Amino acid sequence: MYNYLDFEKPVQDLDGKIIELKKLAESGEAVDVADEIARLEKRSKDALRDAYKALTPWQKVQVARHPDRPHCLDYVDALFTDFTTLAGDRAFGEDEAIIGGFARFRGEPVAVIGQEKGSDTKSRIKHNFGSAKPEGYRKAVRIMELADRFSIPVVTLVDTAGAFPGVEAEERGQAEAIARSTSACLGLKVPSISVVIGEGGSGGAIAIATANRVFMLEHAIYSVISPEGAASILWRDTTRSKDAATNMKITAQDLLDLKVIDAIIPEPLGGAHRAPETVMKAAGDLIAKTLADFAAKPTDFREQRREKYLAIGRSL
Amino acid sequence: MNWITNYVRPKINSMLGRREMPENLWIKDPESGEMVFHKDLESNQFVIPSSGHHMKISARERLKFFFDNGAFETLENPKVATDPLKFRDEKRYVDRLKDAKAKTGMEDAILNALGTIEGLPVVATVQDFAFMGGSLGMAAGDAIIHAFETAVEKRRPMILFAASGGARMQEGILSLMQLPRTTVALDRLKEAGLPYIVVLTNPTTGGVTASYAMLGDVHIAEPGALIGFAGPRVIEQTIREKLPDGFQRAEYLMDHGMVDMVVSRLELKSTIARLLKILMKTPEASRPEKSEIVPAPVVVTTEARPQA
Repeated sequence: MYNYLDFEKPVQDLDGKIIELKKLAESGEAVDVADEIARLEKRSKDALRDAYKALTPWQKVQVARHPDRPHCLDYVDALFTDFTTLAGDRAFGEDEAIIGGFARFRGEPVAVIGQEKGSDTKSRIKHNFGSAKPEGYRKAVRIMELADRFSIPVVTLVDTAGAFPGVEAEERGQAEAIARSTSACLGLKVPSISVVIGEGGSGGAIAIATANRVFMLEHAIYSVISPEGAASILWRDTTRSKDAATNMKITAQDLLDLKVIDAIIPEPLGGAHRAPETVMKAAGDLIAKTLADFAAKPTDFREQRREKYLAIGRSL
Repeated sequence: MNWITNYVRPKINSMLGRREMPENLWIKDPESGEMVFHKDLESNQFVIPSSGHHMKISARERLKFFFDNGAFETLENPKVATDPLKFRDEKRYVDRLKDAKAKTGMEDAILNALGTIEGLPVVATVQDFAFMGGSLGMAAGDAIIHAFETAVEKRRPMILFAASGGARMQEGILSLMQLPRTTVALDRLKEAGLPYIVVLTNPTTGGVTASYAMLGDVHIAEPGALIGFAGPRVIEQTIREKLPDGFQRAEYLMDHGMVDMVVSRLELKSTIARLLKILMKTPEASRPEKSEIVPAPVVVTTEARPQA
């Protein structure tokens, strides 16, 4: 049923037995197995609780990258209505690693921008696995500028391993595109909210993750470089990714402690992919509450955002 | 290393003593392999005369070459928390910092200074690649912010010499946060109506390019400088083929519209001073010789002008 992660092995074994028993029951060969199934289901749930009780940072990396985890477009479907996609950077092309446009969120107009990783081979290729090229970031800038013109708040959904490292991306100014996009986030006069729903991968993430309020899902990660990248550069040993994940402090809990993010959105037992509707609703509720707070207390949102970023690290 | 160092060094060592000795009296041009005498190189701002190869230079050397008469006043960098993550890889981060400080004599990768170029007062920020690859962490980020704030306060143009491998990974997410943080400071400089010139030197890559190094009003690159977001090795691994010659070099960026000009180190000061004086609307200096050749400035008068 699920793509089990390696630390979920005990759960997988129990679930396997449950499925076998259920098949037996269906074929009519087995005697009364209902009790046994119930017992195993309870054990499976306990095993899942055990596995998720204290995830290590490296385990969180795996959960954050889980292929069944709800991605940007799932959130768009679940939380927004009248979503109208905009395309293209008006200079070179369209990049579907970043999707964006305008929509209604519980009735109110919002701009939505996010990275989409894709959910099967075809859509992964279409969205370039969520790794955007310059035109993706330039499209994001376009949408932010429009949002500002029409005084519509911006919501971003962050989920990328990083910006695309390829020849054509460099050729068209990947660095400049990211820098401009971060600057556009910072320049917004309208309020903005960013939710890291999976992976917040370095510059490719911060380009759209710079906001008045930044939230992370409980098992999301947000980091300056992937643990693999850090292991290969700092340890010169790709097998040290676990150490890199731990030492770099990439979990939502660490980032809340470091005052880099504002709140954590809890995930259901076993991670977002086990109950996508629940986690998307929780994210939606926090976005709604935050937007309501913004509306109730209008302020100079650009100045608030600037001061917030300048303050990061100064109280450590 | 080679016969020259083996042969020459011990002799001069005994005459001058160790401390005053440059590490290599003869420096090899990485392009042509030619050996160049250190003193000749220094008088040419560490640009190899025959090949034009621009060598890496320290922040202090950079400032000395850049400012009028080599005179400048350095700014004290803001104090920041050291090693908030208690990071260690194969080595403890605090030890790496200690080594870098001892090696460079700097507090971190950034040195800010006030001075004049051709008489124009400016703020200059230099990133020193020798300090942990010029990497951007909290100390460097706050130092850069301080430079921008000083420029706004003193109403001076800002010139930033970038040289960096990217973010300081040992500071994790806090290093990534320097991208938006420095951007806030430079946006405020721009709003104050002051120019911001970026000089991209070899190498400038990673998170540094994805923030202040690519947000200048004018981008100037030193010849041959490697400039890019992703490092060449990462890109090669992604595309699994060899990269084209000259890829991510200053000239390549110029061809692709990312930098305004590629300027020799020897011409940097005059180029920047000329441009900044226009942008800052500095009255034109008296032109004793030129004024005879160049026609007098056109005075627009309403009455004496023929209707065209």
